[in-house]
Amino acid sequence: MRFVELLRFATGAIIAHPMRSVLTSLGVVIGVAAVVMMTSIGLGAQQRVTSTIAGLGSNLIIVSPGASRSGGGSSLVMAAAGSGQSLNDRDVEAIRSQVDGLAAVAPSVRGQAQLAADGANWNSRIEGVTPDYLIARDLVIGQGRMFDEREARQGRKVVVIGTTVARELWGDADPIGKRLRVRAVPFEVIGVLESKGQSSFGQDQDDVVLGPLEAVRSRIIGRRARGDTVQTIYVKSETAETLDRVQEDTTNVLREEHKIRPGDDDDFQTQNMASILQASQAAIATFTVLLAAVAAVSLLVGGVGIMNIMLVAVTERTREIGLRMAVGARRSDILTQFALESIALSLVGGLIGLGLGVLGAIGIAKLGQWPAAIPAWAGPTALGFSCLVGLVFGAYPSWRAARLDPIEALRRE
Amino acid sequence: MIELTDLRKVYVMGEEEVAALAGVSLFIGRGEHLAVIGPSGSGKSSLMNILGGLDRPSSGTYRFDGEDVGSFDDNDLASFRRRRIGFVFQSFQLLPRLSALQNVELPMIYAGMAPAERRVRAAELLDRVGLASRMGHRPTQLSGGQQQRVAIARALANSPDLLLADEPTGALDTQTGQEVLALFKQLNRDGLTLILVTHDLEVAAAARRQVAFRDGLIVSDQQVAA
Repeated sequence: MRFVELLRFATGAIIAHPMRSVLTSLGVVIGVAAVVMMTSIGLGAQQRVTSTIAGLGSNLIIVSPGASRSGGGSSLVMAAAGSGQSLNDRDVEAIRSQVDGLAAVAPSVRGQAQLAADGANWNSRIEGVTPDYLIARDLVIGQGRMFDEREARQGRKVVVIGTTVARELWGDADPIGKRLRVRAVPFEVIGVLESKGQSSFGQDQDDVVLGPLEAVRSRIIGRRARGDTVQTIYVKSETAETLDRVQEDTTNVLREEHKIRPGDDDDFQTQNMASILQASQAAIATFTVLLAAVAAVSLLVGGVGIMNIMLVAVTERTREIGLRMAVGARRSDILTQFALESIALSLVGGLIGLGLGVLGAIGIAKLGQWPAAIPAWAGPTALGFSCLVGLVFGAYPSWRAARLDPIEALRRE
Repeated sequence: MIELTDLRKVYVMGEEEVAALAGVSLFIGRGEHLAVIGPSGSGKSSLMNILGGLDRPSSGTYRFDGEDVGSFDDNDLASFRRRRIGFVFQSFQLLPRLSALQNVELPMIYAGMAPAERRVRAAELLDRVGLASRMGHRPTQLSGGQQQRVAIARALANSPDLLLADEPTGALDTQTGQEVLALFKQLNRDGLTLILVTHDLEVAAAARRQVAFRDGLIVSDQQVAA
């Protein structure tokens, strides 16, 4: 009852000076908007990186040739460039037979090749793989079928293509059963992959041709590689829990295969997608906290602005305070009234800031082409912090108001 | 009703002590209409501040209906002012943002009265002081006399035992000053105890008892023929 009346006094004072109130809360508006936007940008980036890395295949270990180097992300790039030739079919077999808990082991060779079909030309990535490759990379056939082990062993010249290749070469026509010349070697299209879209590294994941490992290696890339070399081995663990053990076992099996003495460096490297994911998420989280902290400083500045105006208000309204005391207001009533005024100012700023922050986050997400991630707790947290700022920075002015001597206050002009 | 015994108020100004009240003993009965007169610096304002519960005496006792007001803490004093005292000031002290009606409602809000109830009472009080047609007006839209009558209605809001008026006509012209004094007389006839602080002998003449102050002491205390 009493509280509601004091709240009405407080809001009455705010409404009495609309322009001044808006300007006063502007600092909080900017602070809250900035925190909401920064948090949202961080979360959006995190979600996009997560989906990108997950898009490479879950529970996946990528084994590539070449000495491993310390330094996380850059080694992935170096491995992708993978010029070494230290992996071969026997390594694949050794992993398959000696490591437990595998969902798939998929060797791959790849190269760039000129494609031609029915008068159209296209340059695309060609990969020589086994049927397990689909499992390892979480790929799905959208149309037609994948080649099987027998066809691969027989060296049949069949391919499964990505949607970009299908569109570039045949437009809307059905590519199944069509002939596709890869570096002038004729293949038959037996399937089309479901679209995966663009990766965050800017690569079109649908611009690919998958052929049987043997055929691609000997017919397309053969001139540059030894007969049984593979470029990458995708090892997929059955569960996320066994991922680390599978990575360790794979490393041990390969060291044994390659007769690497204890203490010597590996001549290959293994990349665990989960750990890459973790590392990048941790990096983004740090970055987000940093941005939000910088934004939070502007919230503090907003609080100081409120404190300043509240001090002015207490001075301006000294006589009002004296009169209220004379007609029976307790010191706590005066304290509560001014604290509520300060909190209400800050809260109004927080509400406006929340609205602007959400709009800004959606806008930036559109520009950056990532999901607009505004967590459900952003609203309550933003408003809670606004209240807190109002309370903390209103405390001193309110205390000053409540400590006034009513006689002195009434005498003030 | 009011019993002051050897009341003193001492202010410390730097090294010096200044006695605003130097031992005042006074008895004021219920229903009295009393004027406190004296030049500025005589201690009459200090007396009013203590009587109204805005200040505490340095020594001596102040009893109000048997209660020792001098020993009250801040909250007790706030409650005392709220329930027992009505103030009327020279400069009206109306809140400029509020209408006449809202100004009159203010003491009742602090007393915790329900909105509908206090609105009715505030309207009644404004009617009583002759401002029934000005309830929605802001102070700036009212004349000085009208503003002081709003302030009087406000002072009456919580049915006080004592109405304290500090130079209530000081900011008014003679004509409206007389109207306000007539209103005070009427209120006193209706049973309200009234203390009027003034340096204006004409104003003091409206009261039935005059207490004169000089240098913090009572120099005369006389009944005036009605």
